[in-house]
Amino acid sequence: MKYIGIGIILLMSWISQAQECNITLSGKVTDFHDGNPLFNATLSVVGEDIYAVTDFDGHYKLENICAGDHVIQVSHPDCDTASFNITINSNTQRIFKLEHHIEELKEVTVTGEKFKEETNSGTEQSINQGTIEKYSNASLGDALREISGVSSLNTGSTVVKPVIQGLHSSRVLIINNGVRLKDQEWGVEHAPNLDVNSASNITVVKGAGALRYGGDAVGGVIVTDGRVAPVKDTLFGKTIFNVATNGRGLSATSSLLKAYQTGWYLKGQGTLKYAGDLEAPDYNLSNTGSHEKDFSVGFGLNKFTYGFDAFYSYYNADIGILRASHIGSVGDLIRAINSDKPTYIDNFTYDVNAPKQAVQHHLAKLSVFKRFENAGKLSVDYSYQFNKRQEYDLRRGDDKDNPSLDLELKSHTLGANFLWDSRDNLEANFGTEVSYQDNFPDPDTGIRRLIPDYQMYTAAGYATFDLNLADNWVVDAGLRYDFVRIDALKYYLNSRWEERGYESDFSNIVQSRLDNQLLANPVFDYNNLSGTAGVKYIISDKLVSRFNLSSASRSPNPSELFSDGLHHSAAIIELGDLRLEKEQSYKASLSLEGSFNRFTFGVNPYYNKIDNFIILEPFGVQQTTRGAFPVYQYNQVNARLFGVDVDAAYTFNDNFSLQSNLAYVNGQDLDRDKPLIDMPAPNFTNTLTYSSKWHNLTLALRSQSAFTQTRYPDNDFIVPVPVNGTQVDTKVEISKPPAGYNLFHFSSSIDLPVTNSSNLTLGFYVDNLIDTNYRDYLNRQRYFVDDLGRNFRIQLKLNY
Amino acid sequence: MKKNIYIILFTFTILSGCSPDRIPEPINEEEVITTLTIELTPNNGGDIVTLTSRDIDGDGPDAPEITVSGPLVANTTYSGTATLLNETVFPAEIITEEVEEEGVDHQFFYELGGNVNAAITYKDSDLNGDPIGIEFTLTTVSAGSGSLTATLRHKPDKSEAGVRDGDITNAGGETDFAQIFNITVE
Repeated sequence: MKYIGIGIILLMSWISQAQECNITLSGKVTDFHDGNPLFNATLSVVGEDIYAVTDFDGHYKLENICAGDHVIQVSHPDCDTASFNITINSNTQRIFKLEHHIEELKEVTVTGEKFKEETNSGTEQSINQGTIEKYSNASLGDALREISGVSSLNTGSTVVKPVIQGLHSSRVLIINNGVRLKDQEWGVEHAPNLDVNSASNITVVKGAGALRYGGDAVGGVIVTDGRVAPVKDTLFGKTIFNVATNGRGLSATSSLLKAYQTGWYLKGQGTLKYAGDLEAPDYNLSNTGSHEKDFSVGFGLNKFTYGFDAFYSYYNADIGILRASHIGSVGDLIRAINSDKPTYIDNFTYDVNAPKQAVQHHLAKLSVFKRFENAGKLSVDYSYQFNKRQEYDLRRGDDKDNPSLDLELKSHTLGANFLWDSRDNLEANFGTEVSYQDNFPDPDTGIRRLIPDYQMYTAAGYATFDLNLADNWVVDAGLRYDFVRIDALKYYLNSRWEERGYESDFSNIVQSRLDNQLLANPVFDYNNLSGTAGVKYIISDKLVSRFNLSSASRSPNPSELFSDGLHHSAAIIELGDLRLEKEQSYKASLSLEGSFNRFTFGVNPYYNKIDNFIILEPFGVQQTTRGAFPVYQYNQVNARLFGVDVDAAYTFNDNFSLQSNLAYVNGQDLDRDKPLIDMPAPNFTNTLTYSSKWHNLTLALRSQSAFTQTRYPDNDFIVPVPVNGTQVDTKVEISKPPAGYNLFHFSSSIDLPVTNSSNLTLGFYVDNLIDTNYRDYLNRQRYFVDDLGRNFRIQLKLNY
Repeated sequence: MKKNIYIILFTFTILSGCSPDRIPEPINEEEVITTLTIELTPNNGGDIVTLTSRDIDGDGPDAPEITVSGPLVANTTYSGTATLLNETVFPAEIITEEVEEEGVDHQFFYELGGNVNAAITYKDSDLNGDPIGIEFTLTTVSAGSGSLTATLRHKPDKSEAGVRDGDITNAGGETDFAQIFNITVE
């Protein structure tokens, strides 16, 4: 019957060919990948009033087309809109292929942009553009705290490191526009070198499931994605201004994206932040200003079957470190702990003086992809990163303006990934990655190198699979192997070399011996295997469950291997250990998400067993010319973490809703049977929101509670300290976490139309509404000062 | 796919080849204070008493060596001079010169403990007329034994109560050097 029908159409068109505008274009719209017909695709002849919609078999028919050149536009709710140039002189049949991928591309409601789940069975949570914009003048770590189970390890309030379910630094990978950020992430006082405004969506994978990004995600992966360019002629952008009272800070960020129907696009984004000394409720936090200048540019081509993306970003920050936290001896630390106000308070200034960090990060990347019909997509990425970190201390003499730490880290990464997705129910990724890294500590600092010269080579291969067993069952699995070689050249003081016992174990790596020091050439290889397996089961249209097992394997980082010296803000001597082995985690996580009429919830319990977990722990006291210092050394223990993250939201009516989240984590050193240090205290957040359709008005009150952390290791130590001319054995109480706290924050925003195509959003925020004095356990400056006091903030956002 | 592998291998070779193994130069820190010597010279003749604290490996694991050349004499006025050295470099660097140049940002504090009956007064001053403490006077009264603590503070607040008179309690700043010497007055 069908053939007869087509025959009649053909015959009719043959007869009508003589007539000028009576040509018919017909055929099918199919999925590019598997050739399946696409239902409900809309086709139109650009510039003409001719439309058609495909039927269940993907068939369409466009009639009354004039002879000549035309552009046919094909759109589908689950696909990017595509345009095809076609010359028609007679009735024509044509199959249009669209890139249809409902499994891969999940729509995000807020921005209407495509958003991809990183894993099927793993627990992951995202924050969207709206949330990111709220934190436009803050940092990535601040924005991520919106996610339950994500907290932050701070040095003051300007150096903010994300903590995922109790783990941070080298255990958390940060992916910026598809590139793994290599910015000396090992240091606890190194914040991610990334402008939060460059992201339009941030996903946190709470575990090692996202293997394509790395096998060492013992804690998890943070994936920040830039804005995806649509395939159509358009130009849009936004500008956000912030003014804040605390720190008298100003910030501006602006972005612009130009896209063409041909698939070409061009985008740019820039941010300026300028803030002076911040304030606690009772005093000025001297030297906590920060100045930041960032920008990124990109362009590319996004065709159906091929394309490329070129991207460059620059981050530049000068971050003041609280003057009162710079101490020279344990006696100074005791004075700081015992004093209820900081030992140094000066008048407000925008100046950032020593102690400070000056950091620059360049990231350049080029990705190309090609799709193969009935097979999949091959992408090849190359990236280069250059990270420069200078830390300035209070110094004497000619070195006064010289940094005490000056590191240049260069990283090259080349990766290839083949996505095999031509099968309906199976998607697989195969990939390989090689990288080379070079660290250069500039000797002009005149201070012995904290991190030595080293070169690191890595090579990795992985395969992951997502299999749809049935409509409501998805199984995923993956395996990754990483080879890591680190080749370092480091000077050790002879006395330290002996004291560490390296002379007996490592005398074969000594290259040369000088008067008081020696040069060693440690070369270490690590073979790391990581894997994941899990299942996602859709119980009903209201309930989804996921279960995932993952194992991550992480080589010790340069700081854990080579640290050797005094830490100024902590007044400790920190020692690495050449004997460290890789650490291996085994994590099980379960997640249950539900959505009933007015109530939605998510519960995510997990258990993480980590073998050879690398910790920094106290190891005696050492006498110096500035008195006694506690010595901390890196050590390996078997550890376990378990906990639960809970989210819940209830909508009372059209206007009022309540959102709550709760996180609990319990970390234990199994070898010594004592709690792990720096585990976030249980915390509980509630937000009551009033929203109205009238100009999108929203008013929200948020209460943020952190309980007192009662589980902590007792690292208090006793040192002789000179008091009134005699040595007095004094207990230094560094272990006890500060008391829990409860803060209130207010936020509000309203949309005001400006022109047809642009609108203005006005926001007014008050952080720490009642100016509460508090200190947080995970803030390394808690010994010295209270945390931030009240802050009024006005935000102006213009979309155009 | 094969072509890609070649590209990968090629690039990797280039990358590994482009940075020849450079031998880093050793660093001998110039700011390290290894040694404090306090020379106490009796104004009216007699034996010079020298107090020394020496820690050649700086922040390394070895503890400082402390020596006191002999007892002080009662009822005697001594002229004191503090000298800070960095003996990790050769010739040794005299850190006291830098301290003197940046006198406004530095101050030595001397505290007597135990049964030492003596008094210490500053003899020098910085550009603001506040003491630095490189030069001082120590006057002993009666016999006894106890300790002398010498502390060098960087960026002390010299305007706080008692600081100009040598009381460290309100001085603030951070400690560049601190050592206790056991002394006897005979």
